[in-house]
Amino acid sequence: MIYAGLFYIATVLLVVGLIYKIFDYSRTPAPLLIPTTPAPTTKPGVVYRMAKEVVVFESLFKSNKWIWVFGWLFHFGLFLVLARHLRYFTQPVWFWVDIVQPFGKYASIMMVIGLAGLLARRFLVDRVRYISTPSDYLILVLLLAIGASGMVMTFVAHTDIISLKEFFMGLMYFDIQPLPQDPPLLVHLALVATLMVIFPISKLLHAPGVFFSPTRNQVDNPREHRHVAAWAARLERNN
Amino acid sequence: MAAADFDIPELKDDIEVPKLREGVMAHVKTFPAPKAVQDFMGYPHELVEDWKERAIEKMGDLLGKYRSLKVFLDACVHCGACTDKCHYYLGTSDPKNMPVARQDLMRQVYRRYFTPAGKLFPKLVGAKDLTKDILDEWYSYYHQCSECRRCSVFCPYGIDTAEITMAGREILNHVGIGQKYSNEILGKVQKIGNNLGLPGPALEDTLAGLEEDIEADTGVPVKLPMDVKGAEVLLITPSADFFSEPHVESLIGYAKVFHAAGISWTLSSYASEAGNFGLFNGNYETMRNVAMRIRDAALELGAKRIVVGECGHAWRVAYSFWNTLTGIGYGGDDPFSIELQKQLDPSYPQPQHICELTNDLIKQGKIQVDPSVNDEFVVTYHDSCNVARASRMGTEPGGQFEIPRELIKAVVNNYHDMADGTIREATFCCGGGGGLLTDDLMEVRVKGALPRATALNNVVKEHQVNFLALICAICKAQFTKVLPKYGFDMSMVGGVHQLVGRAVKLD
Ligand code: SF4
Ligand code: SF4
Repeated sequence: MIYAGLFYIATVLLVVGLIYKIFDYSRTPAPLLIPTTPAPTTKPGVVYRMAKEVVVFESLFKSNKWIWVFGWLFHFGLFLVLARHLRYFTQPVWFWVDIVQPFGKYASIMMVIGLAGLLARRFLVDRVRYISTPSDYLILVLLLAIGASGMVMTFVAHTDIISLKEFFMGLMYFDIQPLPQDPPLLVHLALVATLMVIFPISKLLHAPGVFFSPTRNQVDNPREHRHVAAWAARLERNN
Repeated sequence: MAAADFDIPELKDDIEVPKLREGVMAHVKTFPAPKAVQDFMGYPHELVEDWKERAIEKMGDLLGKYRSLKVFLDACVHCGACTDKCHYYLGTSDPKNMPVARQDLMRQVYRRYFTPAGKLFPKLVGAKDLTKDILDEWYSYYHQCSECRRCSVFCPYGIDTAEITMAGREILNHVGIGQKYSNEILGKVQKIGNNLGLPGPALEDTLAGLEEDIEADTGVPVKLPMDVKGAEVLLITPSADFFSEPHVESLIGYAKVFHAAGISWTLSSYASEAGNFGLFNGNYETMRNVAMRIRDAALELGAKRIVVGECGHAWRVAYSFWNTLTGIGYGGDDPFSIELQKQLDPSYPQPQHICELTNDLIKQGKIQVDPSVNDEFVVTYHDSCNVARASRMGTEPGGQFEIPRELIKAVVNNYHDMADGTIREATFCCGGGGGLLTDDLMEVRVKGALPRATALNNVVKEHQVNFLALICAICKAQFTKVLPKYGFDMSMVGGVHQLVGRAVKLD
């Protein structure tokens, strides 16, 4: 029961927080065209540029191969792991979730290696140590703990995933079912709920933020199109 | 007052990432603007009593007006990818010159006053109350950023520290601590029409003198017209072109190109400045007021084309912002922009860079050049940051790299690029951009030039390069001053149109 409440609250905070932030970003004007050039001159070009940033971390690849390797391992591993988890929330399980299922298991290893590498850099590289705040370490530790507790259940002490799925399906249809009381599972879920709560109020906002970054999402066409923000257009009327 | 002495860094074979040395540049304080200057700009001239409230209020105002600021302050994950990308960090080893640390100077305050996490758990997320010490650090380190955008190329979220620096300077101005150098210039350009404060008659004298020089030199009466109504092209160029060396050689080059191509052109005494320091201190209205003089001159003179001379940040403002600020461009459907846009000749891009213009003329055979007159030179080209990372030339992305190179190679026979990773989008700033081109920041300028000087040194050793070609007035002034400290001869610094001017055939 506690976990049911926890997940309802965490979900509401995550969804409301994210929607508010996305709404806030989109209503804030970008008065000047500031794409980092060379930049695409068309909208499809921008979509392609953004896709390269989000899928293969193009800029990061240019700047630092170590951060790129660890960062990409972590994010891609996380993506597969999350995809795999969809089987707890879908009935019947979508066919592509079944396909990624076996990879998802090992993706957790990628994820944990990536996270460990990123954490090690925070300690070992003097420049990165200098800029790190306690929350930077804690978020990595949190994600590592989520990964590790998940792996314990996958590879060591299996939990009762049938009743686990019943618990989550029940949550989705507002028909609360009992949760298996395995310690690794309880730890895992509590940490995940924590992550969901801090998502919209932490640097994890980089996820929606990247799509709103004017240096990456603007079309380079200032000579052909006049771009004026509403507050700036008002200046013209005072002339 | 002479700036304090400091050690000139030693040139090594490679650009090295230094170990952190905390606080080594904290003593650098650019001269604050005096009362008359701040009064004219409408800012207080000393730290106001309620500075803290005003600073936070201004920050809130900017957060509501600029998506860039809001997203950039939220999105940074402290990954560290940008930490070794800033020439000021590489040259000074002060960690607060790492782009992310420079942002954090503002981010810590943003988090404290504008985010739930920073309000509830300040220690955890590195949030801090705004104090006088922090304000002092802003003043130091927001004047050790040339707003060159190199960091934004390498950040996975495109976080552009220049945007943070601009906001920082804007807030500092609002609480009463402005920078003397930039704000003085912004006063001059708005009162007199150019950054140097040269009045119209002085300009006329200079231009007449140059016409005599060219004729004595070539036997051809090349003109440098001013305030000619009905001329096809209005040329807007940095005022340094009128009297500084080597800038003036490029002005001569433009004049020869127009003459050879038979294009009627004019300068304007009212808008005799391409530079726009409004970009540097981050105030939209100031930048707009400065740009507006050019619109007014274009309308007054009836020009059909607007061409911009060799100046990096000026080209950024012209290319990226003029259409927004003043309607110089196309695609506007409001009365304000239609008035000007219907006057402009649609067969040319508006505004057009002088390199685009000259390169097209050469390619179309409308002017002839003889590159062998430049055979004494082995040339390399420095991509100026604002041209490279904040603008374009031609129709293709990256034209800002190709067109100047194509043009140089048309007028010289010996050309070598500097190493990859130090040119094009990854180019290193000259060290003097963004409002730092002042003697009181000499230490920052010299040390910030280290990466560029290192890359230059390598092509000098390897290929006997003896000419550094530039299209930026600030780069020219900075390099002539700073490169000699690294043992280079200042006469190796010059404009692309200096080379063009020598090669172009005049009859
Ligand atoms: S904009 Fe340029 S000078 Fe400023 S922090 Fe970034 S790299 Fe350094
Ligand atoms: S590269 Fe971008 S996200 Fe990474 S530390 Fe620098 S500013 Fe932050």
